[in-house]
Amino acid sequence: MLIITCPWCGARPEVEFRYGGEAHIARPADPSALTDQEWADFLYNRTNPKGLHAERWRHIHGCGRYFNALRDTVSDFFVTTYKAGEPRPDIDASSGGNP
Amino acid sequence: MVESPSMTLPLAPARPLTALAAASRDVAAARLVALGDAARLVFRGREAAIGPAGEAFGVALPRESCRFNAAGGRFAFWLGPDEWLLLAPGAEAAPIFAAIEAATSGLPHSLVDVSARSVGIEIAGERAAFVLNQGNPLDLSLDAFPVGMCTRTVFHKAEIVLVRHAPDVFHIDVWRSFAPYVWELLEDARRELA
Repeated sequence: MLIITCPWCGARPEVEFRYGGEAHIARPADPSALTDQEWADFLYNRTNPKGLHAERWRHIHGCGRYFNALRDTVSDFFVTTYKAGEPRPDIDASSGGNP
Repeated sequence: MVESPSMTLPLAPARPLTALAAASRDVAAARLVALGDAARLVFRGREAAIGPAGEAFGVALPRESCRFNAAGGRFAFWLGPDEWLLLAPGAEAAPIFAAIEAATSGLPHSLVDVSARSVGIEIAGERAAFVLNQGNPLDLSLDAFPVGMCTRTVFHKAEIVLVRHAPDVFHIDVWRSFAPYVWELLEDARRELA
């Protein structure tokens, strides 16, 4: 089973978590000023990288908190996790996926 | 609309385990006990309200992740960084609720009486952790899950609050509609034990 480290509770089994989509996507401050294309980009278009991906997870069967994780989409390896609101750690993509 | 008497009465205590507990086999290595009624409150609040709430309840709210405090037969379980489950076995919820509301008046917080939402199960004995691990993937060794730890987690498909009171004594708090499911899976897990 995949072990995910919650920033509050520590290492926990995958079944306690829910995926929350890509992280660090801020809602536009003034949506009505956006073009349809810009709004569609905000709503639907994601980076979908091959390699390191910053994404939101929720420890739903634990502390209930959302947090962010850096996961390698090729190996499914969690490089690190960090609390919501903190900046994305500066980790080189080449170091990911090699536990 | 005709008003029935039940509409004016408070929710009756939930006892979905009475029949199951009566028919339960006694296994010394992992004893199952359906715990009695208790007052349960969920408190959520910001920094300023946390201290007064603990004082009014009689147990300081723990600030360390996944730990609980106990005093005078009452328990305050850490569920999240701003969320606690307050448990007072055998007590009425209303006076506790009123005391905490009075102490935290004017401070941003939420206090909900969830006494009828869940029921308690005790599992005790030298194989208690083994039985729990049939449906829960946490490491229940004393290093990883010491006495004094509590956490929300899962037992098979049901969400539970798991508490360790002593090396061989665990408490489970589970929503009452899931309680027979959890109880019977615990029974199933200890079938192999004498």
